[in-house]
Amino acid sequence: MNDAADCFRRNADGVASHRCEVVEHRAVNDRYRYLRLSAPADLAGSTRPGQFYQLKCPDTLDHQPFLLRPMSVYGTGPEPGTIEFLYNVTGVGTRALATLPEGGRMDIVGPLGNTFDLRPHYRRILVVARGVGLATMAPLLRQAARAGIGITAVMSARRPEDLMQDAFLRGVAADVFSVFDSNGSSGVEAVESRVRRLLEEQPHDAVYTCGSHRLLMLLQRVLADFPDTAGQVAMEQRMACGMGVCLSCVRLFDVDGDRRFLRVCREGPVFAIRDVVGEVEFG
Amino acid sequence: MADLSVRIGALALRNPVMPASGCFAIEYREALDFSQLGALVIKSVSPKSRAGNPTPRVAETRGGMLNSIGIPSKGLDHYRDRVLPPYCGFDTPVVVSISADTADEFAEAVACLSLPEVAAIEANISCPNLEADGMAFAIAPETTYQVISAIRRRTRHPVWAKLTPNASHIAAVARAAEEAGADALVMGNTVLGMAIDIRSRKPRLGNVMGGLSGPAIKPIALRMVHQCFRAVRIPVIGCGGIASADDAVEFMLAGAAAVQVGTASFIDPGAMRKVVAGLHDYCAEMGVERIADLTGRVELDGQLSDRWLRFAQQSG
Repeated sequence: MNDAADCFRRNADGVASHRCEVVEHRAVNDRYRYLRLSAPADLAGSTRPGQFYQLKCPDTLDHQPFLLRPMSVYGTGPEPGTIEFLYNVTGVGTRALATLPEGGRMDIVGPLGNTFDLRPHYRRILVVARGVGLATMAPLLRQAARAGIGITAVMSARRPEDLMQDAFLRGVAADVFSVFDSNGSSGVEAVESRVRRLLEEQPHDAVYTCGSHRLLMLLQRVLADFPDTAGQVAMEQRMACGMGVCLSCVRLFDVDGDRRFLRVCREGPVFAIRDVVGEVEFG
Repeated sequence: MADLSVRIGALALRNPVMPASGCFAIEYREALDFSQLGALVIKSVSPKSRAGNPTPRVAETRGGMLNSIGIPSKGLDHYRDRVLPPYCGFDTPVVVSISADTADEFAEAVACLSLPEVAAIEANISCPNLEADGMAFAIAPETTYQVISAIRRRTRHPVWAKLTPNASHIAAVARAAEEAGADALVMGNTVLGMAIDIRSRKPRLGNVMGGLSGPAIKPIALRMVHQCFRAVRIPVIGCGGIASADDAVEFMLAGAAAVQVGTASFIDPGAMRKVVAGLHDYCAEMGVERIADLTGRVELDGQLSDRWLRFAQQSG
């Protein structure tokens, strides 16, 4: 997709603001909500795993979000215009979004960002997910399953009620290992030795993660000992335009030995785990 | 279809709609046809290499946003060789925006980028002046005159002076820019602001303070465009919170010869296309044949005060 003549990294053939109808909008559990929209455009055909959209969350009596909110795509199809999101109600934007009624309308802008790199020759991948990061990786699981690639999944959550294993797998077969804060099994040391054991027991071509900085840094340490295993992470950052124009959403990466600021919305959101610079927290 | 063409001094534009510097880059090719815009204004470049400001670089406010991006730059050579060329093939005038720390550095950078493929230079004199304790050049008439005249001596390209709404006496600043040889004014840049997260007690921007943009500042920008229009004879380009064709018409009536769309593109990357389409609709609805005729045509009642006084005197 990268056309040298464009002089920029093209992530989509076309980006537009789509006015969607809210087809389904409901709570999944007491923290997460599911949203299905229908757009008058072929979003299923143009959106790839790892990409995100910017949502124009509605104005409500209590909240008036001004900027769009970046949100990973949880799923697309089967109809061309159908697109799904899974989100955690955490701030002004998602609180306003949570009030959107079925039958209502909302504008979304996309598709935005790059995509997970899943090579056809891969035999087995490992996904390590926590929290809402599972929504970002759900399309990757579907793509891997369709390609006949084996899936190992480590899922981390506060409590068993928060795991959402079915919401993550959506019928895809995988070897799942669950860890929880509530019984101490999600601690860094326990997860690190679990991941090392999994990678030693059978070869994995790539590791993917999203949703936890702690898990990301853990995987970066582990991958140092598994040079043949690729690693990718989908990252977040406060952003405005979502297209690479405003330069808000930068993070520091190690690119061929150079430290460079890259835009999460344009060069990302998917980055090589090995390139991430474990930065001090800037917010 | 109405004639949307306008002139900014010697420069002819196919329509009055162009991006605001900092809110536009080549990536918008995914969402826009650049050959439908009036001009292409690129993000400011500074001669010195800079990393930009710490994150978070944006924070939302009621009806607008604060930003403290800084001006990340890899210098003028990189800009001329790598940044500028992809904007040049659209048959649309390319405007280079320049920011610098001192008047001499400004003049040097303008001379360096006065290239044949560049239609005009926008001097972003709303940026901090290191020779004046970091105060923006365009805060005061004296520093505005100094920097614009230094620039004028080094280029024959049209020079647009981008003023700041943080100036207290905008008419004097506008006149200083005109007297120093600016070909047009851009009114204006962001309004300096701040926001604090009351739970963490931290500023919402990594840089503590930043520039407010969006609909929240539109009435301020509109007022200042009108003040500039009354103060100078050179064209004024309106900028600040413009998100629709209605907003664009309002700025033209206040005195703008053209408009810049900034933050609105972050909400809809197709915003500028919709503004152009909306201007055609407005002209058709209102029977306007040439959009240029709208500039400064707000209807002011010169005798209103006198009539009001006579009327009010009749009251008990």
